[in-house]
Formats: sequence, structure tokens, C-alpha cells
Amino acid sequence: MGISTPVSATRSPAAATAVRQRGQWSMALERFVAHRFAVVAIFVLGLLALLSIFAPLVSPYDPEKTALLLIREPPSTAHPFGTDGLGRDLATRVLYGGRVSLSVGVAAMLVAISLGTLVGVLAGFYGRWIDALLMRIVDAMFSFPRLFVLIILGTLFKGMTPLAIVVSLGVLSWMTTARLVRASFLSLKQREFVEAARCVGAPDGRIIVRHLLPNSMAPIIVAATLGVAGAIITESTLSFLGLGIQPPTPTWGNMLQDAQDELQRAPWLAIFPGLVIFLAVVSINFIGDGLRDALDPRHVIRRGQR
Amino acid sequence: MGRYVARRLIQAVPLLLLISVASFALLKAAPGGPLAAYESNPLVTAEDMARLRSAFGLDQPLPVQYVTWLSRFVLGDWGYSYAYHQQVLGLIGERLPNTAYLMGTVYVFTLLVAIPIGIVVAIRQYSWFDHLTTGATFAFLSTPTFWLGLLLIIVFGLQLGWLPLGGIDTPGTSFDVVDRLRHLVLPVLTLSLVGLGRYTRYLRASMLETIHNDYIRTAWAKGLNERGVVLRHAFKNAASPLVTIAALDLPELFVGALVTEQIFGWPGMGRLFWDAATRFDYPILMGILAVSSGLIVFANLVADVMYGYLDPRIRYT
Repeated sequence: MGISTPVSATRSPAAATAVRQRGQWSMALERFVAHRFAVVAIFVLGLLALLSIFAPLVSPYDPEKTALLLIREPPSTAHPFGTDGLGRDLATRVLYGGRVSLSVGVAAMLVAISLGTLVGVLAGFYGRWIDALLMRIVDAMFSFPRLFVLIILGTLFKGMTPLAIVVSLGVLSWMTTARLVRASFLSLKQREFVEAARCVGAPDGRIIVRHLLPNSMAPIIVAATLGVAGAIITESTLSFLGLGIQPPTPTWGNMLQDAQDELQRAPWLAIFPGLVIFLAVVSINFIGDGLRDALDPRHVIRRGQR
Repeated sequence: MGRYVARRLIQAVPLLLLISVASFALLKAAPGGPLAAYESNPLVTAEDMARLRSAFGLDQPLPVQYVTWLSRFVLGDWGYSYAYHQQVLGLIGERLPNTAYLMGTVYVFTLLVAIPIGIVVAIRQYSWFDHLTTGATFAFLSTPTFWLGLLLIIVFGLQLGWLPLGGIDTPGTSFDVVDRLRHLVLPVLTLSLVGLGRYTRYLRASMLETIHNDYIRTAWAKGLNERGVVLRHAFKNAASPLVTIAALDLPELFVGALVTEQIFGWPGMGRLFWDAATRFDYPILMGILAVSSGLIVFANLVADVMYGYLDPRIRYT
């Protein structure tokens, strides 16, 4: 269904102009490209990711090497973002921090989306008591203040490893996806094509994977995108509080923790890491917005507003 | 309606029990506890420890401890803080007014600013003001609260020196309204800017949906002025999603804003939770966790009921 195939219309003279039958995905791509902010956001985020991945090639400095003669240098050509309280180049640390922060964000989203999709599929497809039980668990999870639970976990382990953060963020953030997938399954499973698949004897697994999931992808993709933004903000908040990933490993959040005590002497320490978090999150949100426009045809009418 | 509310309240009971069991389990799994301070003390013998343990009821099986905690909690005995040497309920009573004062101001301020902006950007869609506001709300929604707080401190507290850097008032001075208000500005601004983004976006979207309806055209056609059409006809109907979100935000009046309170040294509930967490002071953590999740359940119910009240097309089943 994703491939555009030219349809030859030879018989009717009215259709002599070549009519192209276009797939759902190529139309979605066209709508996404029309969202200019989203396209710019892809480039900004891509640039950030590439600079982080190739940080050792981009920066001549070592992110953890201290230089006592270069403490708290304001931004200059040699150190575009200045240096921190231990003389480390801030720009370099921001790039290396991006490796951790971005990958933690993406990984936490993957955990959350997988869990949420699994729960949503079970609840939406099987219904009855499975649905009732799972949705009560969703309600209970929603009622926990997420930051409070993360803080308790953080104090228990005296800060967390990236893996622990990924798992705890994922386990605390799957509920929205579960509700979306469940709602989508509830409406889709009544449709004729599902009935048809049943009639030809398709087993449950095949109906779920081949017929229901592909048609539920739009809300999942949008939720996944926005989930990365949320995970990056939560991870940086936790690291800012000192309960996340521990120094000397730089993350955007724990760099800001050091900065808090030096706002007077070295404000650049607070400005630049936060600016990068902001750039990453705003880009991801714009991409999510563009994807929503692209994948949900009901939003097309309002496309021009942004 | 009455039956619906009653049914929802009854449904909330097992949910609340589930939440309380989960919080209890989480905190019981934690190290430390009331006796941690004595464990390293050489003067306290093993016998003393055993006596203390039974005095605190820690030698009982976990389900018994849970039931004891729950029955005391329901009766208003929330336990004794090991770190503060004070009743938990009393401590919360001390901090709650500070949080309610901060969050209440944020709540009122955000709504007062967001409602007019949301209405204006919807009726002047695609104007420069609409583009500016939409851009700004998107930016604020993507800004980590703590970074915004730090930026405001750098600009208004340190560089310009206009406003105090933190605290609820200047220590050692007697009560002064101006001093209090000056301390309130930056934390309120931090929290409101983020909230403004959310409220404005929701209101704009629902206003845009509403003003294209037939009955709005009828209102124009019968010669009502703009004020009447926009406020009496459109806004009244567009407000229900806003009321729902506002209701869902109500628990924040109790829970507070941990990160903002932390940055601005605000002595509220968020700070209390933070201090209790870093000192493993379980009775406080349990109290705050249980009440805040209970309030969230309750706020959801309020939001649903309000939604149906404002939009009679929604039927309760």
C-alpha cells in the first residue's frame, strides 16, 4: 500500500491525463513536508544528533580532562561555550552529553511504546476482564506523580545508571500509548476487513500483526515522537536534581546541576546546556506536530495555521 | 448524575487501595528507615534494636504493617517524622499554606492571562498576534521548567538585581506585603509561562472548532455584537475542555512544584517531599504520596463531572 503505481487509463478518453494512484504514506510525506517548521526541526535535530555522535571528531578537547588554569573562562573562539568550574570545555561536554541524553530519551520511549502497545493490544483485542483489569492498572499508574516515584527510586540507588533511568522512565510512561492503542483496536476490530480475515480463518496473532497494528500506527508514531521529548525533559530534570546519571559522565541535566551554584560567576554554564535541551525538545515537538498533520487527515484543514 | 458520581466514587475505592499498596511496597523495599540512625551507634545493643523494632511495629509481617498503617492513616494519624521529630500531619499543615499560596497564585494568574489570549488568537486567526502567541506557547511548552527558572534568576535576580533570588520572604524581617510579592514574582512567572502554553493552545483549538458552527452564524445573523457572540455563545461552549484541564491541575495546589520550589528555595510541599526523600523519612513520603494520588483520582472524577455539566450532550452511563 505504500508504493505509488501509475494506473494506465487507456479506455476512457476523459482520463487520458495520467492519473497516479498514490499510497497513504506518500500522501503523508507530502503533508509532512508542507509543515515547514517540522522540516526545519528535522534538520536541527539531525545536526544535533550528528554532532553528538561524531563529538570526538568535531571537538579537539577531552570532555573529562580538567584544566586548572582555564577555570570558568567566558565564551571565546577557543571555547565557544566557555569552560566550567574544572576548566573543561563546555561545548565539548554539551556534545558528549547529547550522546547520553538523546539516546536515553529514545531508549526510554522505545520501552514505553513497546509496553504501552502490548497492554493496549491485549486490552483492546481481548476485552472483557483483561481489558477491565489492565485499564484499572493504567488508572492507578496515572495517579502516581511520576516525578515523585522517580525521586524515590533515585534516592534509593543514589543516582541511576543510564539503563536504570531508561527502564524506570519507560515503566512509568507507557499508559498514554496503551490507551491510544486500545481505543484504536476497539474501533478497528468491528470493521469488515477484520471480520473477513476471521472468516478465512486467520489466527488472532495474524489479525493483530497484519491487520490491526498497521492501521493503528499513526497515533503510535505521534505518541512515540512526543514521548522522546518528554523523556529528555524528565531525564534532565532528574539529573539536574542530582538523582539521575552521575558525573563525570556529562548529560545535559547534570551539567545544569553544577551550573546552579555559579549563576553569578559563570552564567554561561546554565545557559548553553539548557539551550541545547530546549532546541532538541522544541525540534522533536515540531516533528511530532508535523507527523500528526501528516498521519491524521482530520488535521489537514488546519495545517496552514502554524 | 447522582448515581454516576456514586458509582465512580465506589470504583475509586479499589483504585485507591491499589495505589496505597503500591506506595507502601515501594517504600518498604527501600533501605534506611526509622532505625537507620541507631544501627551505627555502638551504644545501642542488639536487644535495644529488637525492642525498638517491636515498638515501631517493624517486627510484624508486612501485610499487618500495611493494615496498621492504613487504619491509622484513615483516622488522621499519619505517623511521626524521624527526621523532623514531629507529627507528619503537623508538618504538612505547616508547609501546605506556602504551597497553596504559590500554586494558587500561579493557577489564578495563568487562567486570567490564558483565557483572553486564547479567545483573541482564535477570533483573529492567522494575525501576527496569533503567530506570535502560537510560536511562544510552543517554545514555552518545550522549555524545561528548571532551566526557565535559572534563566529568570540570572536575568532578573543577578544581572538586573530587580528581584530576590529565592525564599518566601526576606529572613529576619516582619511580615511585609511588598516583600512577599517581590519573592512571589519569579517562581510564579516560571510556572505560569509553561502553563500558559498549554491552556492557550487548548482554548484556541476548541474556540476554533466552536466559532465555525451554525449557531454562531445564527448569532451573528440576528445582529448580536461581537462581544455577545464571542463571550456568550462561543466561549461558553468552548470552555469545557479548558475546565477539564483546569480540574486535572487542581492536585498541584497540594503537591506543589518540586523543581521550582527547589530552585527558588520555597518552603512548600515539594521541598518537604524532596527533603524527606533524601533522608528516607517514610511517614512523610507515604503521607504525601497517598494524598496526592488520592487527589489525582478525585480530580479526574471532578473533571468528568464538570465536562458533562458543561456539555449536556454527554450522557453518563
